[in-house]
Amino acid sequence: MSLLGLVLTIFVGSMLAALVSRFGRLHAAWLSGVVVVVALIQLLFLMTPVIDGETTIERWSWIPTVGLDLVFRLDGLGMLFALLILGIGLLIVIYARYYLSERDCMGRFYAYLMLFMGAMLGIVLSENIIQLLIFWEMTSLSSFLLISYWQERSDARNGARMALAITGAGGLAMFGGFVLLGEMVGSYELSVILDSGELIRNHPQYLTVLILILLGAFTKSAQFPFHFWLPNAMAAPTPVSAYLHSATMVKAGVFLLARFFPALSNTPEWSWLVGGAGLITLLVGAIVALFKHDLKGLLAYSTISHLGLITLLFGIGTPLAAVAGVFHIINHAIFKASLFMAAGIIDHEAGSRDMRQLNGLWKYMPHTALLAMVAAGAMAGVPLLNGFLSKEMFFAEAVSAATYLQLGWILPALVTLSGIFAFAYSIRFIHDVFFNGEPIGLPKTPHEPPRWMKVPVEMLVALCLLVGILPTLTVEPLLRIAAGGVLQAPLPYFDLAIWHGLSPALLMSLIALIGGLLVYSLRYPLFRLHDRFEPYVQASKVFDALLRALHALAAAITRHTDIGSLQRMLAWFVFSALVLGISGFAAGDGILRGPRTTLPLDGVSLVAAAGVIAAALATVLLHRRRLLSLIVMGAVGLIVALIFVKFSAPDLALTQLSVEVVTIVLLLLALYYLPQRQLPESGLWRRARDGLLALAAGGGAALLSWAVLTRPFTSISDYFLDNSVSGGGGTNVVNVILVDFRGFDTLGEITVLALAALGIYAMLEHLSLSGPTVDRRGRPWDRDVHPAIMGSLTRILLPMALLVSLFILLRGHNLPGGGFIAGLVTAVALITQYLANGVRWTQARLPANMHPVIGVGLLLATLTGLGSWWFGYPFLTSTFSHMHWPIVGEFELASAMLFDLGVYLTVVGATLLILIFIGMLHSGDDTEHKPAGESA
Amino acid sequence: MEALLSLIIGVLTACGVYLMLRGRSFPVVLGLTLLSYAVNVFLFAMGRLTIGQPPIIREGISQYTDPLPQALVLTAIVISFGMTAFAIVLALKARAELGNDHVDGRES
Repeated sequence: MSLLGLVLTIFVGSMLAALVSRFGRLHAAWLSGVVVVVALIQLLFLMTPVIDGETTIERWSWIPTVGLDLVFRLDGLGMLFALLILGIGLLIVIYARYYLSERDCMGRFYAYLMLFMGAMLGIVLSENIIQLLIFWEMTSLSSFLLISYWQERSDARNGARMALAITGAGGLAMFGGFVLLGEMVGSYELSVILDSGELIRNHPQYLTVLILILLGAFTKSAQFPFHFWLPNAMAAPTPVSAYLHSATMVKAGVFLLARFFPALSNTPEWSWLVGGAGLITLLVGAIVALFKHDLKGLLAYSTISHLGLITLLFGIGTPLAAVAGVFHIINHAIFKASLFMAAGIIDHEAGSRDMRQLNGLWKYMPHTALLAMVAAGAMAGVPLLNGFLSKEMFFAEAVSAATYLQLGWILPALVTLSGIFAFAYSIRFIHDVFFNGEPIGLPKTPHEPPRWMKVPVEMLVALCLLVGILPTLTVEPLLRIAAGGVLQAPLPYFDLAIWHGLSPALLMSLIALIGGLLVYSLRYPLFRLHDRFEPYVQASKVFDALLRALHALAAAITRHTDIGSLQRMLAWFVFSALVLGISGFAAGDGILRGPRTTLPLDGVSLVAAAGVIAAALATVLLHRRRLLSLIVMGAVGLIVALIFVKFSAPDLALTQLSVEVVTIVLLLLALYYLPQRQLPESGLWRRARDGLLALAAGGGAALLSWAVLTRPFTSISDYFLDNSVSGGGGTNVVNVILVDFRGFDTLGEITVLALAALGIYAMLEHLSLSGPTVDRRGRPWDRDVHPAIMGSLTRILLPMALLVSLFILLRGHNLPGGGFIAGLVTAVALITQYLANGVRWTQARLPANMHPVIGVGLLLATLTGLGSWWFGYPFLTSTFSHMHWPIVGEFELASAMLFDLGVYLTVVGATLLILIFIGMLHSGDDTEHKPAGESA
Repeated sequence: MEALLSLIIGVLTACGVYLMLRGRSFPVVLGLTLLSYAVNVFLFAMGRLTIGQPPIIREGISQYTDPLPQALVLTAIVISFGMTAFAIVLALKARAELGNDHVDGRES
């Protein structure tokens, strides 16, 4: 039993939920419920040391080379949040099963929900702040998926996008803050950071770190001016809203404030920034909530207001205020979840959320009405309900903070104002929905929901009452543990009594109650006033305008730079590379020729050089006569292979030779489908410009080569030369590097090759091109395209060619050869069959489906690498031994050879897949008579 | 000899760049191929030029050429083929979808 296991349980549950949903509609719901219960049980066991006041730290090695460990931490604060996340999560799982309709995909919903839940758990249980950040970003992403669950609705898509943009931007800022903080403290682990409060607060970069981290916290917890994404996220299914608003997402922001409270608080900057944002959010949320006719809209702004309240408490910064903040986190989670669920029930059973339509529901759903009214009472802060207790503490803190602030009376005054509006919107929620006459134009007659849809609400409302009436017996122990986790210090004295005598806080509550009733009775004139000014003060409109401006700017930049001409772009690219190269040359010491002695020239080399230069130039001059230029270019490739032979690179020469063959076949095949006619050439000016650029590029490359080649150098290759035989078991160092020393690179490279082949396959599928039927002089194509002699010869040659490739493959570890070369040779041998005998003949004997070959090759290479894990070595450690075979003699067997076999199979598969599919593009039905390859 | 090889690299680069700046897809692919020859030879030459010392360990021989650039270039050659194939298939696809073989998809 471990914290890692706890988090993983939820993530695995997410995947399973997606899987099981295909076997039945409700399976995902059941599975999620069971998984959350299992996680809760694990948490109960893990909690024991925390209840005794200890902090559990669990460490798993993650990326040790950069000092990153997977570290989990369970202390009081984490425990409280884990309980909230899992406990309310379980109720949401039950509720959603009844809320979602037949049309909604259950598997997708529960998979996203569990993903989100797992990410939230990860945040609250992380010890390493980089790890915390990763989970943080995961909540942004998974909440995006949840909010946009009803993808077909544009408001859901817009809301999800807005939430992602805002919280994502905040996460980015927070990332910066965390990195600075980590560098400042010298550790990314919370235990160290929380102990370094003095160091952090006195550091010159304290303010930067504070602002960056607060940006992350404020965007997530919807503090002004980033609050507007939350109401727009209401487009999510109601269970999601209930979850986001109560135990998760927005609470992640206040969790962060609580988490870093010991390290960052207790400075004027903290008080002004956190307290200021909290106060404004508290007021704005409470006032706007009253004017929302949408039931969920009212609740959303109420959430904003309550988050402002919690933030303000942390901003006040005294230990007692922090305790009150934690208390309100608990209470708000409980009553807000139940209120959202009640709102969902009303929406579900009455078909509307508009409070101008919903009236008098008391008669139709008295049970739900009662539950909602109790919860709304808790939201308003009515005595004997949980909201009252934390609100009293909050008022008391506001009053005591006022004693040491300049103009201190403003704070309690504004807080009371927010209390007035909180009462007013709570009364509106109760009165407008359940009383106030008869429903107006509802799409259906309201009725009570299914039994189990109400059970989660009932449980939460019962909690509201229990906490409100018997605080010391119910919530106090949990609150003490959690607050201890926040403060990381002994708790201040506090008393959770319902009656504190006649205190200023009680007076403020009374004013709020009376004022709230007054404001509510004046609501109609206030609504009219609001309707007049509302269009001018919408933050989301500002956001939309900013976003539109950004899009317009991006579009303008694209329009002006990307004019859709590859030629123009390439010319600019070459030009920029030249400018960079020349400035590099100019900044150097200016000496081109290095001190290294050069090799003497010889006649054969001169002739070969003349040949390759002539062939390259001819390719350019003849490029409008395509077939001819292709043949000449083949000559260039062959001479390049000779260059490799000359300068001690037999492996390269073999590779170049075999690649040359497949390249030419490939281009010949492609040529068949490209226009044959003479094409207009670009104008003289264009050609001159390109010629100049090309000359400059070529000159630069030549000078650069000359400068490098004439200078001495040191190489890291001595290691490879020394260890090739002893460590890799092969004498061909190039091959040993490929399959052993740098085997991981090779694995990447064959993966790229496989991807290229699959990409080509994807592009060519369903593509049909017609080749020419007559040649340039109008003569029909020769139909006798498979000369009998050639056909028979290639069939005889095939086994021999395959044998040669096998030989090359096997000897590759010690002599020039190996998987790449052998694969290409095999591919050439098989392609020859297509060319000489036609597609139909060959396909009858050789399956064209090369995907399995590629797959097996990649799998083999990967498994060879994984195999070394089995023996406790790092990935791709090779082993070898010598064994004696009868007749063959001494034979060496290296695990790297298995890897090379994987390389071989991938190369064969990829090459054949590409060539066969281009060859089979032909749309005509006379494939047998005219395979594409014959066009050459 | 070094000068000669530098010249070859330069010529291959120049021819490759010129062809890549053409308007039709086929010369562009030819240019890409030429340029990848140039790049491969250039990378290979970074191990400096040696004659008759292939990096294959034998008894009694202690001088070998640098094997590392060779290993890098070997895979580069194969990947170049993959890239050429991808580019030419893109050209084919563009021709099928757009009806011409101009790199920008429009006759001009």
